[in-house]
Amino acid sequence: MSSAAATPVREGAPPGSPEDTGVGVQSGAVGDRVFRGVTRFFAAVVLLSVFGMLVTLLVGSLPALKAFGFGFLASKEWNPVTEQFGALAPLFGTVVTSVIALLVGVPVSFGIALVITELAPTWLKRPVGVAIELLAAIPSIIYGMWGLFVFAPVFASTLQPWLTDHLGAWPVVGMLVEGPPMGIGMLTAGLILSIMTIPFMAAVMRDVFETVPASLRESAYALGCTTWEVVWRVILPFTRVGVFGGVMLGLGRALGETMAVTFVIGNAHDIHASLFMPGNTISSTLANEFTEATTPLYTSSLLALGLVLFVLTLIVLIAARLLLMKMKAREGVRT
Amino acid sequence: MTLYSRRRVVNHVGLTLSILATLFGLFWLVWLLWTLFSNGLRWIGPRLFLESTPPPGANGGLANAIVGSVILTVVGVGIGAPAGILAGTYLAEFGRSSRLGAVVRFVNDILLSAPSIIIGVFVYGLIVLRVGHFSGWAGAVALALIVMPVVVRTTENMMRLVPDSLREAAAALGAPSWKVTVVIVYRSALPGILTGVLLGMARVSGETAPLLFTALNNQFWSTDMSRPFPNLPAVIFQFAMSPYEDWQHLAWAGALLITVTILGINIAARALIKRAKT
Repeated sequence: MSSAAATPVREGAPPGSPEDTGVGVQSGAVGDRVFRGVTRFFAAVVLLSVFGMLVTLLVGSLPALKAFGFGFLASKEWNPVTEQFGALAPLFGTVVTSVIALLVGVPVSFGIALVITELAPTWLKRPVGVAIELLAAIPSIIYGMWGLFVFAPVFASTLQPWLTDHLGAWPVVGMLVEGPPMGIGMLTAGLILSIMTIPFMAAVMRDVFETVPASLRESAYALGCTTWEVVWRVILPFTRVGVFGGVMLGLGRALGETMAVTFVIGNAHDIHASLFMPGNTISSTLANEFTEATTPLYTSSLLALGLVLFVLTLIVLIAARLLLMKMKAREGVRT
Repeated sequence: MTLYSRRRVVNHVGLTLSILATLFGLFWLVWLLWTLFSNGLRWIGPRLFLESTPPPGANGGLANAIVGSVILTVVGVGIGAPAGILAGTYLAEFGRSSRLGAVVRFVNDILLSAPSIIIGVFVYGLIVLRVGHFSGWAGAVALALIVMPVVVRTTENMMRLVPDSLREAAAALGAPSWKVTVVIVYRSALPGILTGVLLGMARVSGETAPLLFTALNNQFWSTDMSRPFPNLPAVIFQFAMSPYEDWQHLAWAGALLITVTILGINIAARALIKRAKT
């Protein structure tokens, strides 16, 4: 590290800092070097921890990947007794619950962002925004308890029978709402996930909506557009990239969410067409079985599940960040 | 229907749906809080804070879990916050336009939203497997890894709000650049940095998933960080899923306690940042 600090590598020193002027070197040179070295070290810690996660998961899952190969992703077998493991059922559950979360969460978040930026009077904007953000502060385990003990019984006695009665006869949709109304299951997990992702998506959408220049908005109003048309034809096209980035961010949250899902999904290594049936996600499998895994291959298979989840979220989050950065870059060009 | 009336109807329908969406969001918040208060408030009393977690059927409280959680959170924030502040300092002062800075900024945003259970698995592989048993230290490290990115992000943002003219003035008076950062920039960005630390603290206070494989849990009073460590979220998880009614009552009381604490910290952080920005 010392060699790196000694070479005159300039890392965008703030204009006017002592290095710029060339004086003051004698008084603070050592302190500067140490301070800069320490901060750079901790910046590297951030990099190393993400890198370390990837390596830990990769090394830990090698035995399972060797034993099952790519078949690991395609097999829905999960049997600790015969030591046959496959990721398909939890992967299926993860994707299905996240899709449900987005289907419900995206329109609702859009509506909330619209109300906060366009409709609400100024005195109401902040309280509504804070209340929605508090929804994100409530710990996942609280959602889980509430979901299992309060939401699931209500859901089973009202919405579930209604869905079966009204949609059960439809050709494809009917299959999704078949089965006994147990309250717990994939649909419940997806709905609770949607509530948990709404604050994240709504916050991003609100922020990008606010980047739309007032002149653009006012021009549209001056041409006689209704509020809805301004939002739909001016604001949304202008912020499309950012909105999409926010949705990806919400998806990243939904994919990895653990405790709430563990409470309500029912924890069954099965794949059913019906959303009323219990299922499993990668994170809930880890939470339930990690400390109980008895054989090395079992543990390794769980780590391989973790690897699948991590790679999945990495892809989604990288996409989200790239989109949001693109949005930000465009903002810079415009002003 | 004329074009005008159709546009008006579309407008009204769209806006009404948006307002309904907002009410939908607020509805869950109210329902959740109401559930917590109606189920938990009854069981909060002195015993909750004075006695340790009981075996099923006996009387007891959550004292060991509460103290354990406080220790874990404080140690976790104690490790994660300084690391985050220093990394954030690098991004704001030295790495503004460097390649390392750009990469760290990007990776930090990913760490910020990485699934917390994966962080738990990582620390399990890093510490628990090597040492051979679950420990409070492992739990605290897992929490530190969750606090760090939150603090990095807010520290960088807040330090960047400090005008460069302030740095230049200090430098012109002959202060070396580390002194400019520590004495001038930190001081003006302090409320903002504290907000970041508070938000990080609020985030980890209720984290359960990463503790399941690291600190595990401990039914007894323990302040030995090298052993499995009692903590509130794991107790809530265990007790809520149990068939015993008195355990479930304690779980509700713990849930109320944790949520009120976290919402309190969040609101305090917001008040602080409002003051920092004006």
